[in-house]
Amino acid sequence: MDLNPSGEQQQLIDAFGALYAKESSSERVRAAEPLGHDADLWRRLVEVGAIEMAVDEESGGWGASLLDLALVAEQHGRFIGSAPLLEAQVAARLLARTDGTEAASALAEALAGDLLTTVALHPPRDGVLTMVPSGAVADIVIFVDGGQLWSMAIGESRTRVDNLGSLPVADIEVGNGARALASGPEVGRWFEQARDEWLVLMANALVGIGNRSLEIGVDYVKERHAFGVPIGSFQAVAHGLADAVTAVDGGGLLAREAAWAAVEEPDRGAELAALACAFNTEAAREASYRSLHYHGGYGFMLEYDIQLYFRRAKAWPALFAEPSSLYARAEGHRLSTPTVEA
Amino acid sequence: MDFRLGERSEMFRQEARAFLDEVFTDEMEDQIHRTGVHHNWDFHRALVERGWLAPGWPEEFGGQGRDPLEMLAFAEEFHRAGAPTYAVGTTLMVANIIRHIGTDEQKELILPPALGGKTIIVLGFTEPESGSDVAAAQTRAVRDGDEWVVNGQKMFTTNAQEADYVFMLTRTNPDVPKHQGLTTFLVPLRQEGVEIQPVLTLSGERTNLTFYSDVRVDDSLRIGEVDGGWDVMKVGLTLERAGDQGGESIRLLRAMEEWAGATVDDEGRARADDPDVRARLGRAAAENEVTTLLCRRCAWVNESGRLPGVEGSMSKLFASEALTRQSADFVDLLGRDGIRSHGDPSAPAGGAADYDFRFALGTTTYGGTSEVQRNIIAQRGLGLPRSA
Repeated sequence: MDLNPSGEQQQLIDAFGALYAKESSSERVRAAEPLGHDADLWRRLVEVGAIEMAVDEESGGWGASLLDLALVAEQHGRFIGSAPLLEAQVAARLLARTDGTEAASALAEALAGDLLTTVALHPPRDGVLTMVPSGAVADIVIFVDGGQLWSMAIGESRTRVDNLGSLPVADIEVGNGARALASGPEVGRWFEQARDEWLVLMANALVGIGNRSLEIGVDYVKERHAFGVPIGSFQAVAHGLADAVTAVDGGGLLAREAAWAAVEEPDRGAELAALACAFNTEAAREASYRSLHYHGGYGFMLEYDIQLYFRRAKAWPALFAEPSSLYARAEGHRLSTPTVEA
Repeated sequence: MDFRLGERSEMFRQEARAFLDEVFTDEMEDQIHRTGVHHNWDFHRALVERGWLAPGWPEEFGGQGRDPLEMLAFAEEFHRAGAPTYAVGTTLMVANIIRHIGTDEQKELILPPALGGKTIIVLGFTEPESGSDVAAAQTRAVRDGDEWVVNGQKMFTTNAQEADYVFMLTRTNPDVPKHQGLTTFLVPLRQEGVEIQPVLTLSGERTNLTFYSDVRVDDSLRIGEVDGGWDVMKVGLTLERAGDQGGESIRLLRAMEEWAGATVDDEGRARADDPDVRARLGRAAAENEVTTLLCRRCAWVNESGRLPGVEGSMSKLFASEALTRQSADFVDLLGRDGIRSHGDPSAPAGGAADYDFRFALGTTTYGGTSEVQRNIIAQRGLGLPRSA
């Protein structure tokens, strides 16, 4: 057992941490709102290989493990990056897993960074893919419908949606331009694997959000005085933060374990992915809420950064599902009778 | 990064499991619940025979030199089985203190019978007027030649009725600040002046209130310096194991999952197919995984040669609060059948929800209340200022 990142993993954390610190300051995050896309940050991420790393070497990538990607996702969450990192990585991995020349050429375009490729986490309803992550800025969307895997140029078929998390999401109408990439029983399996990967990466991003929220809150309650003492000396404040950091710490272990298990204990991978995302959704929500609340009235003002974290903690994971659905999804795996979605 | 405990730990886990299957019988489990006593002499002796009373101790002291990760796998199995280990735990904790800071004479007198399963030692810290504020102990010890005379009361002296000694925190100097006037003794329990009064608890566990009237203890059974009891306590508290590794929660979820698979609702649908049931079981599964990981982190910190401080508080706080929340939710989930008592043959899920709904209340208190743990996490973990 070793809970420390390896030397290489630590280098990865440091490198991406430095990149985000430079390219995703709170000024930059604010400047990218309300769309939630910072083209310069995204270009930098593509330049350093953030998509290529996600794909195995035979497919033209670097072959990073899901755990490596999870460590990067945590930094993405810590700096609330305005970039479609998670979706682009998951879409590229899904394409790499898919046989056939159509998928191979779609992957090549995605890896080159020419065409920003995202993935819809849910099948279309009444011909519309709703709340597609990064759908407002992506060129291509990969989705599943009727047991087939499809790729579609988004173009004019999108309607951008203003939202709580300042996310570049869109509703996308499925049109005639969709190309079938694959069909057959394995499509469902590939797609579920992609969804589990997104859950794992989101879980880790939420750990970053939770940790940074707590740092902001702890700094504030040490400095802010009321009744002649720092408010962090009141147990009513300190105990709320103690509960929150315990959940974020434990959730961090769970999120990393889920990423690790995808390779090392695949039998538990799907269960842990859903558990990790559900638990960290709640942990990050609680951490950002506590920190915001202990700012008093200032927490309610747009000027203070904690609101940036509070909104994203709730909104980012909601693109897949709220926690109860994810807990049910995980329990389905535990009972070996996976939940069938309507 | 690697979340495996390792081959040696997993092998030891398998051995522990096989031992428990053989030795920890249904009758023993029934007896625990019937009597409320989490100690069984047959089980205790079987552990000794196997050389497993203290497998984590060095061989020279009767252990097997198992490392912290092996011990974690071992403890996980014992706690998940619900094996009676309270008295083993308290005896070893005190024996460990003696091993670290006792005199040679004390080591010779105490360690062989303790490790040989012949002596049980219980804890005497809490008093009617002091729990979390443990240094406020009022039980007096006054010197009389080579002996000390003890007068006072101790609360929650669990297993005192089975024990030979109580490891007691006493006040030897009332005229100095409270932390500086404490001394610890190993007080023999089987003597005149000791009165053991059973105390029954919400979960059916039996503990005791113990009274001491002119009880005598030889100075050779003083642990540590006179008025140096707080230093001894600090050694003891760092050696104390954190929580039960979530064993109780894991057993509860297993019972509830079996219930969900075997029960249908009024319309004949399996409860396990209800999304709400799944969500509630899944939430407990997430909490149990987090508890397991927080406890494993403590063992890993130990293995790395450090002592878990804040990490231990986090695992204890999280595990006990999660059990409290889950057990209440599961009583609700069972509907009106949820209040059928553990022990009543009609109780669903073997009465596990009702039992843990009661049992959980102790876990957020003993070993340091949730509030004490939160103070430790806030001050030592987050660096927040002490409360005024």
